[in-house]
Amino acid sequence: MLASLFVETFQFIGDNASLLLQKAAETAELAFTALGISILLALPLGLWLGHRHRGLFLTLGISSVGRALPSVAIIGFLIAWLGVGFWSNTIALVVLGIPPILTNTYFAVEGVDRDVVEAARGMGLTEVQILARVELPLGLPFVLAGIRISAVFVIATATIAGLFGGGGLGDIMANQAAYGLAGVLAAALCVSALALLTAGVLALARDAAFHKMAPSA
Amino acid sequence: MTGFRVADGGPVIPNFGHGSACLKNNGWFCPEWVREHWGDILQPALVQHIELTVIAVSIGFGIAFVLALVGFRFRLFNAPLGAFTDLLYAIPSIALFQLLVPFTGLTVTTIEVALVSYTLFVFYRNIVEGLRSVPDEVLESARGMGLTRRQTFWRVELPLAVPAILAGVRVATVSTISIATVAAFLLYYGLGGPIFDALAQPDIFRTELVAAGGLAILLALTADTLLALAQRSLTPWNRLG
Amino acid sequence: MPTEAAELVFDEATKVYPGRDGAAVDHLSLTVPAGEICVLVGPSGGGKTTALKLVNRLIPLTSGDIRIDGRSILDLDVTELRRSIGYVIQQVGLFPHVTVEANIGTVPKLLGRPRSWIKARSAELLALVGLDPSYAKRFPAQLSGGERQRVGLARALAANPALMLMDEPFGAIDPIVRTRLQDEFLRLQHELRKTVVFVTHDVDEAIKVGDRIAILREGGRLAQYDTPKQILEHPVDEFVADFVGRDRALKALSLRTLGDLELSPAIEVDGLLQLPAETSQRDALAMLVAERSEAVLVVGAGGSPLGVATREDLLK
Repeated sequence: MLASLFVETFQFIGDNASLLLQKAAETAELAFTALGISILLALPLGLWLGHRHRGLFLTLGISSVGRALPSVAIIGFLIAWLGVGFWSNTIALVVLGIPPILTNTYFAVEGVDRDVVEAARGMGLTEVQILARVELPLGLPFVLAGIRISAVFVIATATIAGLFGGGGLGDIMANQAAYGLAGVLAAALCVSALALLTAGVLALARDAAFHKMAPSA
Repeated sequence: MTGFRVADGGPVIPNFGHGSACLKNNGWFCPEWVREHWGDILQPALVQHIELTVIAVSIGFGIAFVLALVGFRFRLFNAPLGAFTDLLYAIPSIALFQLLVPFTGLTVTTIEVALVSYTLFVFYRNIVEGLRSVPDEVLESARGMGLTRRQTFWRVELPLAVPAILAGVRVATVSTISIATVAAFLLYYGLGGPIFDALAQPDIFRTELVAAGGLAILLALTADTLLALAQRSLTPWNRLG
Repeated sequence: MPTEAAELVFDEATKVYPGRDGAAVDHLSLTVPAGEICVLVGPSGGGKTTALKLVNRLIPLTSGDIRIDGRSILDLDVTELRRSIGYVIQQVGLFPHVTVEANIGTVPKLLGRPRSWIKARSAELLALVGLDPSYAKRFPAQLSGGERQRVGLARALAANPALMLMDEPFGAIDPIVRTRLQDEFLRLQHELRKTVVFVTHDVDEAIKVGDRIAILREGGRLAQYDTPKQILEHPVDEFVADFVGRDRALKALSLRTLGDLELSPAIEVDGLLQLPAETSQRDALAMLVAERSEAVLVVGAGGSPLGVATREDLLK
């Protein structure tokens, strides 16, 4: 039975490639918009707090709270507040996507060897220059890891938005009546593929960052 | 609400049926509704949700522990077991629930099986990493002193892996609570039930949403805090030095 | 504390790793008399740590035998063997998740001793290694490197083993603390008289600590096995001479004190440097050179003059 399901799933993909691609694009649009906003909000905050070595409790608090928030509840609240639509889903995903980025960025910058920072300060670099030229480059791998974690989580959660009219691959997954179980699985495969692809790109970016740091490695 | 499958068996809450001003205006939180329906909607949902979580985390931990022992003891199996649990986690919850229905029906068991498989990913990694993190010199001195392999495992390796294991329990619990709310799209069970119900109304029933959603959030935060405290109290040696 | 120290015999003990050229330990034969400290020393690759680990079977023998009080280690159950030997390693390896007291009590607990016995024994050992009894309830993370090493030593002594194996125990400690630990260890050994096999790469430590020194050359072959004095004064070949260093004559002086010399009568002692009789001849010579003096007044306990030692006396 599983075998035939397997076959049907791939048949579905073959037959509905353009549909899947279109839906995938919708999910990607939602996820990446949310991810982009999360980065815009969390990255500077994490960089600044980490540089000043302040706000550890705040960051840890946001991190554990953010990790704990049930996604359905958040999406639900936003839909009730803003109505069904792109922005309610996006804002929900932003809320859920910020914590990993904030946490990793904070610790990436905060953990840079203090001697190096002090040397830079002694040489006359301004605080902003230290952040930009010393701390961020050295902390980049860890920062990228945080973005990767957030990306995978946001992509997976974006599909839940499909339950609430968010479109995208979640739309297909929530509609077994229309697309059949094979369709559901096909959409699921696409989600995994999208997540893996994104994670892969970010992993490559992280490796590139590592190589810049230690070219001999 | 396109594409939304209304779950079976849930009570339909008539909106504004009570006539109070708050409810008539679909207020965000009407205490009288909450009080009245605590017993028949909210509390059972909360209890079901806790039940789902506890069962899933316990069973998941048990299975993962056995798998981790195998993966830890026999290096060869570690990569495949890790890949297997990774794969389980990668399947979106909505899809996994539906995939299981032909096998276990539209029942609570289906939800539990899915929840368990998601916890395996978190637990397996944490337990193996925790066991691996024991410093070499501690193991060497244990062996040199005459502890048998089994004694070394139970008295040294496992206790030292506890922090990582507890961290895993914390993450697994919290994510299970979250995924369990999604389950309601399949079956009216747990706090997801009232949430989906409220969202399904033509005019979203705010009080029910806030009440059930708020309970879900509170449950998750409480569990997280309690487990964090447990982690601190069970590892006194980590707090010092 | 009455102890029955054991005699340890290496009998053509050999360890060969498959796929590697040459032996790690090559037909090592030596006898460590009961109650003595035998130091295994040599360049890296000389097999000293391997030889040590052959004794408690952390590394299995390829051929040959090792006997403790006449009994071959191969005849004994490996777990029982290890529990009867005190094992101390460089990074100590204290269990971080239990208290100092529980660490010390590890082997006694395995042997079935009750909690009360362990508590008492732990307090006894802490005093022995020079730590305050309040340390019993602390965790390893709260201790300094030197303190951890002492606890490691106490832990190895807990079951009153007849034999102790120590693998560069003071290697990771800073020099000042290391000297102190060496002195205290020697004081302890004076009291306990255990049989000890001690591995180090530091020749000076070997000379200071060892009753007998075994120098292993690369390939795990025994170059010379003798008392420090003999090795310094009569190195058996070029390798040993090089290994102990060109300053071996000076090193030999560190083995003797002013009290060992034949002193001249104490006349015309004004302005002479005064040194206690326990001062090593090497330190005395160093001070004479620094002060550009010719002689030193040797004093006994309480400051009573014992005699005069000249530079020539020391250089003889």
